Amino acid sequence: MRLKLVSLALAGIMAAAPAMAELVVTSLSYRTGPYAANGIPVADGFADYLTLLNERDGGIGGVPIKMIECETGYNTEKGVECYEATKGEGALVYSPLSTGITYQLIPKASADGIPVHSMGYGRTSAANGKVFEWIFNYPATYWDGASIAINHLLDQNGGDLKGKKVALVYHNSAYGKEPIRTLQELAKKHGYELSLLPVDHPGQEQKSQWLQIRREKPDYVLMWGWGVMNQVAIQEAANIRFPMENFIGVWWSGSENDTLPAGDGANGYKALALANPGSDYPIYGDLKKYVYDAGKAAGSGDQIGYVLYNRGMYQALLTTEAIRKAQEIHGTMDITPAMMRDGMEALSITEARMSELGLPDFGPAFDVSCENHGGSGIAKIQQWDAGAKKWNLVTDWIAADRSIVDPLIEEDSMAYAKENNIALRCN
Amino acid sequence: MIYREAGDFSTTYEADSQTFPIRFDRYRYYLVLAVAFGVIPFLVNDYWANAVLVPFLIYAIAAIGLNILTGYCGQVSLGTGGFMAVGAYASYKLMTAFPEVSVIIHVILAGGITAGVGVLFGLPSLRIKGFYLAVATLAAQFFLVWLFNRVPWFYNHSASGQISVPERTVIGVPVTGPNTDAWAKYLICLVFVFACAWLARNLTRGKIGRTWMAIRDMDIAAEIIGVNPLAAKLSAFAVSSFFIGIAGALFFSVYLGAVEVGEVFGIQKSFLVLFMVIIGGLGSIFGSFAGAAFLVLLPVLLKNILVGTLGWSTDLAAHFELVIVGGLIITFLIMEPHGLAQLWRLAKEKLRLWPFPH
Repeated sequence: MRLKLVSLALAGIMAAAPAMAELVVTSLSYRTGPYAANGIPVADGFADYLTLLNERDGGIGGVPIKMIECETGYNTEKGVECYEATKGEGALVYSPLSTGITYQLIPKASADGIPVHSMGYGRTSAANGKVFEWIFNYPATYWDGASIAINHLLDQNGGDLKGKKVALVYHNSAYGKEPIRTLQELAKKHGYELSLLPVDHPGQEQKSQWLQIRREKPDYVLMWGWGVMNQVAIQEAANIRFPMENFIGVWWSGSENDTLPAGDGANGYKALALANPGSDYPIYGDLKKYVYDAGKAAGSGDQIGYVLYNRGMYQALLTTEAIRKAQEIHGTMDITPAMMRDGMEALSITEARMSELGLPDFGPAFDVSCENHGGSGIAKIQQWDAGAKKWNLVTDWIAADRSIVDPLIEEDSMAYAKENNIALRCN
Repeated sequence: MIYREAGDFSTTYEADSQTFPIRFDRYRYYLVLAVAFGVIPFLVNDYWANAVLVPFLIYAIAAIGLNILTGYCGQVSLGTGGFMAVGAYASYKLMTAFPEVSVIIHVILAGGITAGVGVLFGLPSLRIKGFYLAVATLAAQFFLVWLFNRVPWFYNHSASGQISVPERTVIGVPVTGPNTDAWAKYLICLVFVFACAWLARNLTRGKIGRTWMAIRDMDIAAEIIGVNPLAAKLSAFAVSSFFIGIAGALFFSVYLGAVEVGEVFGIQKSFLVLFMVIIGGLGSIFGSFAGAAFLVLLPVLLKNILVGTLGWSTDLAAHFELVIVGGLIITFLIMEPHGLAQLWRLAKEKLRLWPFPH
């Protein structure tokens, strides 16, 4: 009798096991610390999109998504702890939303066989899929961003930047240092003068940098900032009456949380846009119906529709689309991290698909391939309207100068391959 | 009843002056060593190694280092993070410049280089004391971090300014880099911790340790009885920085693998190690371990309880973690200003008399 009971229980477990399949997605977020102002909207958008898929469609291909959130505080040690804690749960992909943590995870995740998607951040040269098998940074990289910003300035100056002075205010970390090489190469090509102004973590203290800007009077200021540094920089720029339309931030320095504290002073500030701002999309109808009104929203709801909320949602969208692709390729609903990698490499985002997902005319259309993990590398420029408290797009998609960016990616990734004895793929 | 001196006869001076004079203590120490070396390596997994044990062991080395300077010699230092950075960058430069030399030698050499830098920044201690010295070492902290950020030679001109560890092996087993097994990471740190703690214990109870303590207790009196303050203070800075440099080198090469100086070796690191020393107990090797354990393990434990078991949201848990750890620190320091080591000492005193206290 007892044996029968045990075998019955065992059979029950075995029968139940396939139904318990879950797609484990991690959210290494930061809702505390000096970067929380930017970390919260991204984490909220990410969680709400996954909740929407679970509530509306029952997950992806009928398999529910399980999101594990882990607080990193933008700190590498906590990021490592989060990675180790969640990788045992079968996490399919990591998106740590921190360039520092991404650098940590690149070798670790490659050794463990788990893909990393650093969307528009992380190590730029990971765009070379021949070297970085497990790392993806589509739809655009920092070096694309630097080149796009300069292309926009070229556009405004009739294609000539000779003798102009461009200053880069950057977070003094791997993140902020990323664009320097590209900007130097571009300076050689276009003849502008580049000055570098590092801001130390966490970025509250920028008086001396802006004093220098006031003294040197650069024509344009570019910014690679994050967290509290963005708000302070915009406020300081307003304080020294720097013409805001000549101040351009990267896509991580262009959200409502960065510009609102400076009030009217921020009017005219520009930033790159990975995707369109605003909440005027059909998907918000579904989100309201299945998530917000059902009381299942991740945060307090005050971030909805913000640029970075959209960014988090976009991150979730690209992740889930890659899962869908992986399911399709391998013909199974319950995928592994290795299958996920195949899905990411075969990912193709088209305008038609974006419309189907409720986000028409939102992000760029792009294809990921074995060689190219960096996407299309295009962005728009958005400008802050302090009166209406909203971002407006001022350009169409701008492409990066591939003749500068691609050789740099090639050089840096080959150096990495040589250093770590990596055999090139995609041959 | 079992924890007592009775029946334990010392017939030689060596036996009389050994670290653990009570037999029970000695056996407990051997047991801890046996478990640490013989059992844990077989059980440890990636999570336990990377999130708990390796950081604990490395912080223990750093805390021992700072304890020598602050606890034994009485010189307050806020430069620990900067000195750890020296160890990390020294080991990086050595590892990339001499790839054929063993990583163990590189870590020890990195400690030696840090000792040199420590002596340099220890020079002001001959003229200034207390808070003023703390400010001077604070300058070392900021200067060193700035230096490693500013001069590209230190990070081999990498585009990101980060240093990343190459793979290195010890007797054929990788101990650094992404392919390192959990047990190898753990064991290499454990060997260093064991060697450092053994060295520190024997230094502090010998002549040199006594001169440090004499300086700590009253420098003028020490000078009058013949202690050379120059030698005592600078040797304290050198030995302390040596340990901190080893901790920094391991922190970079074994634990994190890639390091950004401003974030990893910032001023918070200096305070963290100082708190470990204060909470663990100034002037105690055991206290360094206890303090490191308290500040490394408790946040991880709290996080696992609050988020994992109770299901709180991550931000609430992260905030409460600070509240709870802060509250516990204050409670501990009010109840026992001499730290966890003193609690341990009192517990042992009570155990000796148990079950018949006076």
